[in-house]
Amino acid sequence: MNQTVWKKRYSFYLSLLVLLVALGLLFWLEVNKSNYGMAVSVIQKSLVFSVVAVSMNLLNGFTGMFSLGQAGFMAIGAYTTAILTIPLSRVDGVYYMKGVAPWLKGVKTTLSVLPEPLLIVFALLIGGMIAGIFAFFIGIPVLRLKSDYLAIATLGFSEIVRAVISSPQLDRVTNGSYGLKNIPGFGVTQAGGVLPVGAGSLLIPFFFALTTIAFIVLVINSSYGRAFKAIREDEVAAEAMGINLLKHKQLAFVISSVITAMAGGMLAMYMRSIEARAFSVTLTYDILLIVVIGGLGSVSGSVLGAFVVTFAKDWFLRFFDSPLVIGGFQVPFLRMGFRMVVFSILLMIVVLFYRRGLMGSSEFSWKGIFRWIRRKKEGVETTKGEMIDYPDPPPAKPAPLIPDPPGAPQEGGRDER
Amino acid sequence: MSFVTFIQHCLTGVSLGGAYALIAIGYSMVYGILLLINFAHADIFMMAGYFMIFSVSSFPWQISIPIVILGTVVLGVLIEKAAYMPLRSAPRMSIMISAIGVSYLLQNLATYLFSALPQAYPAIPPLKRQIRIGEVSASLVTFLTPVLTIILVFLLIFLLRKTKIGMAMRAVSKDYDTSKLMGIKINSIISLTFVIGSALAAVGSILYFTDRMSVTPFSGVLPGLKCFVAAVLGGIGSVPGAVIGGFLIGLSETFLVALGYSTFSDAFTFLLLILILLFRPTGLMGEDLQDKV
Repeated sequence: MNQTVWKKRYSFYLSLLVLLVALGLLFWLEVNKSNYGMAVSVIQKSLVFSVVAVSMNLLNGFTGMFSLGQAGFMAIGAYTTAILTIPLSRVDGVYYMKGVAPWLKGVKTTLSVLPEPLLIVFALLIGGMIAGIFAFFIGIPVLRLKSDYLAIATLGFSEIVRAVISSPQLDRVTNGSYGLKNIPGFGVTQAGGVLPVGAGSLLIPFFFALTTIAFIVLVINSSYGRAFKAIREDEVAAEAMGINLLKHKQLAFVISSVITAMAGGMLAMYMRSIEARAFSVTLTYDILLIVVIGGLGSVSGSVLGAFVVTFAKDWFLRFFDSPLVIGGFQVPFLRMGFRMVVFSILLMIVVLFYRRGLMGSSEFSWKGIFRWIRRKKEGVETTKGEMIDYPDPPPAKPAPLIPDPPGAPQEGGRDER
Repeated sequence: MSFVTFIQHCLTGVSLGGAYALIAIGYSMVYGILLLINFAHADIFMMAGYFMIFSVSSFPWQISIPIVILGTVVLGVLIEKAAYMPLRSAPRMSIMISAIGVSYLLQNLATYLFSALPQAYPAIPPLKRQIRIGEVSASLVTFLTPVLTIILVFLLIFLLRKTKIGMAMRAVSKDYDTSKLMGIKINSIISLTFVIGSALAAVGSILYFTDRMSVTPFSGVLPGLKCFVAAVLGGIGSVPGAVIGGFLIGLSETFLVALGYSTFSDAFTFLLLILILLFRPTGLMGEDLQDKV
């Protein structure tokens, strides 16, 4: 008994240590930002994407709803944040084609009394709220649909959002197809001389990611989260146990959309200038790639996946895209676009052969890490331990000669016919 | 809108709808058998466009058309064998992710091989010839598309209704497991479905791109989604339904563009999808299977 308590405390201190080291590293990067521009930018992007990936995982991995509307909700959040935070003095320059709608200018003038950090937080929350309202009303009809229909309907919704944002009728609000620029970045621009300009460009997204992911983890570990998992495993059984299907699906959908939209706002701040084209289906697929590589149903997997994929895609594997000559020998295949081909092949390999991704549906834990190290060291096949929360699905076996009696757990997904 | 313009728009809409119908059949048949939205179908259609560009550069168009159809069929079957067959017993979400992965791969591959810039689609001279009937004028392809679509669909329906292979396909789509017990070779039937779907997509792509004149790696995405909506509208799994859905979507899109709502024409399609799924999930021609959606 005593030992478990000690172990618990042990892993708590380890986590704290890692957090402190991470903070220290971020702080150090923050100070030496000018020398590590690439690292800073990639970390910012990874943080934003890890939030989106975790919130997509809440739907796809934990509730078992295959939603592909992420890009649409991100667009809502990004545009709301951008419209509200573009400095008043530069608004006319941004809306140079059609001018800005008078009511919007009024809103912005009223809001400009807020200090900038507060304004940004406010804008992110408003973006999340708008997305939440949309998700609520879209969810009423759409969440009745099952797997693929839900996927295509949410995909359709995200395309509708994109079409509406770039439509000429909204030119004076969203600047139509011209996009928005001069969005303030992550750093502080006016801190009254206390902080240097640009401070916090890493720590702000870090704390944002920490808060939102912690929130989602709390949701997952609550009774709602258990209901979500029950719905994922078996809708009929979950309903029989008294779980209100529609209410819980709605809840998961709204939470996921709110967080996704807030992350979309962060993405707008990361990119500094946005246009509707950036929020196409491809963005959703990029996030799906992260979630699948990280492991469906694992929060730490999604975070890990976001970092691994973004680091590889935006930094380490950049050389794939430029021709390379070693000793007069032109390395074949390397030219523009090769990186993405490699990534899509990687995705296919993960989908076909390592369906569990990096983490499967298990979560990161110190115990699991130590167990894994010990196993590696001793080379002994110990039984699977705490790394796995729930047992693996049984390996695919050939279809039984005699079909299962009705009501028996079905293998695969052909039960919806 | 004068009568002549109305007829003109009708013609354009029916022609677009014909191309949509040919693609929608592919979605519908695959869904009927595998219960899978073949997200890669749109990109197979896009690749068919590129195949045409490259085969025309070395062969006359009469030879190019069979080459394109053959190439597309090979691609379609290859995708089925590589990406869908290993996942037959996997959960449905895995197969869907695999389909999305293939679509992602094809788009990136096309970007890598042919660059993201639009490539000019070769003009097939006889198809581009202008024809005048009264005050209405259009190129031959506009008149040809609906006719060709109807002919192909009748051939397909004949195949499904009157031949042994067609009977096997209908059996598989009715009950996958039982038809396996009855000695039907499931895998070859599924391959055949992909052969038919891809061949029709290749024909559709020739008709569609001849009017559009350029291909990009992403030019399959939107038509693909619309054709899926068309398949759902007509009743997924039903060939005549997919055709009717395709024509309806093509016509409504053309008229929305003509009325000046071009930015909303895509949005309208998806709105239509959500409405159908809510009020008549089996589509216009679908059988009454309430648990499908």
